[in-house]
Amino acid sequence: MSQPTISQRGRDWFHALCGSTPLQKGLPPSLLVADGELAGQPARYVAVVADPHNPFVRARHGEVGLLEGWALAAAIDAAVHADQQETDKRAIVAIIDVPSQAYGRREEAYGIHQALAAAAAAYASARLAGHPVIGLIVGKAMSGAFLAHGYQANRLLALDDAGVMVHAMGKQAAARITLRSVDELETLAASIAPMAYDIASYASLGLLWQLLKVNQPDQPTPADVQRVRSALADALHDIQADPQRGLQQRLHGEHRQATRKVRELLQGQWAENAG
Amino acid sequence: MSHQQDIARLLQGRSFIELSARERAHSLLDAGSCRELAGPFERLYSPWLSAQGIVTQADDGVVICKGLLDGQPAVIAAIEGSFQGGSLGEVGGAKLASALELAAADNRQGIPTRGVILFETGGVRLQEANLGLAAIAEIHAAIADLTRYQPVIGIIAGTVGCFGGMSIAAGLCSYLIVTREARLGLNGPQVIEQEAGVAEYDSRNRPFIWSLTGGEQRQACALADALLEDDSTLIRQQLLQFMARGLPEQPRHRRSRHYLERLLAMDSAAQADADSARQLFHSGEKP
Repeated sequence: MSQPTISQRGRDWFHALCGSTPLQKGLPPSLLVADGELAGQPARYVAVVADPHNPFVRARHGEVGLLEGWALAAAIDAAVHADQQETDKRAIVAIIDVPSQAYGRREEAYGIHQALAAAAAAYASARLAGHPVIGLIVGKAMSGAFLAHGYQANRLLALDDAGVMVHAMGKQAAARITLRSVDELETLAASIAPMAYDIASYASLGLLWQLLKVNQPDQPTPADVQRVRSALADALHDIQADPQRGLQQRLHGEHRQATRKVRELLQGQWAENAG
Repeated sequence: MSHQQDIARLLQGRSFIELSARERAHSLLDAGSCRELAGPFERLYSPWLSAQGIVTQADDGVVICKGLLDGQPAVIAAIEGSFQGGSLGEVGGAKLASALELAAADNRQGIPTRGVILFETGGVRLQEANLGLAAIAEIHAAIADLTRYQPVIGIIAGTVGCFGGMSIAAGLCSYLIVTREARLGLNGPQVIEQEAGVAEYDSRNRPFIWSLTGGEQRQACALADALLEDDSTLIRQQLLQFMARGLPEQPRHRRSRHYLERLLAMDSAAQADADSARQLFHSGEKP
């Protein structure tokens, strides 16, 4: 069993970026949502944070659980609905610091996969509807939690810091499932880029749009906040200048050669077998 | 049913579960219409498994077949559960995502290509961790795109089931077909036991696992749309019916307010069982 420590990063960066903008009401305390601005344009900021009183005990350390999945979906869907008639859709900024999805009996019994699907679908629909969606990784972005909160973004940004990590599974569990020791796993991770736990290796996969160096990732200084705000504005403008609403921007990494080869081949054969 | 009848049925029936991914795709598409794309003779091996001394497979465990379903254009993406637990790595993930994207692109060109996914997967292939996860995010994006035009139908037959990021993909499908052998859940039993302890989730207790995540329970909770016998003909018939029905009026994943209210109203202190789950999904249903 592992006892996760509670990270404050998501909450801190949410407040640093939103200032005194009031929180949306009617959502569980583990979900922070506020309508602020980005580069003078309307933007909805969203963060999943730890709620030590979460009614679902396996989701008290900032995990994305049943409530968080459905509430994310509700908050994102509401923005899409509100902007239905607008030509300029508000940006959605997901502030990502999620240690994992919630692991528990209640979660499986009550369909956590469906709750997370709702969140992923809401983000994807927002992006397809023309909302610029930006994911800002300030801490952990793990597995199903990241799939539900942020991985559908048009652009992903991450702080360049040892506390920032993207991965499919924590080390202990990954070792058990692949029948390896944690030491063996770490040795492999050093030479296999997609298995590595550090953000520089992740960046080599081409999935990030930008890696940002700040001075204090835990307690951001005004200069740090300024730096991140300006990178988010750049991302916003980059999305708005891009005619495509899909995730194509992620396909160019040095360690995604096989992806490009497969896609090119399939596309060619698809056209040959048309009709 | 008498013993004799049981035996006769067993001998005449055509099991779907016993078929390979490739055979499953062929058995569903209209006879003679199936074309496999990016197939095994292209030798698209995982570059990451071989680097770790793990045996590779020439299709990387994902079979893409284009063809017709009841005369309509369709693509079937079938995951081979017997290769690396049906896990998705870079190559297989790219095949699946790209096939669904091409189906969506067809629709934008006026070709009404439908999508079918045969799930038999533990989710991300941990040996290719972050590239598997990235491909699964792209699969989610592609399903969200394609379901704007056509239903995407998922089939979980068993025996691997559907877990991890691919259970989220199943949750994005317009319709889900399951058998009693199927399981559908976010986290595999071993991982939950590792993270939460054996008292929370005993991964060796198979009746317990099936009572919560088995096909019958998922269908009873309306997290799947059809529960069928393990029979290729029945599964194909049901698939064609869902195709003909078109997009569902309200997909499961669009009911966030409803489920949020239900979850907040329930007694979350009590441990869950099959009955409490059925209650959750059926109380407060619209008449």
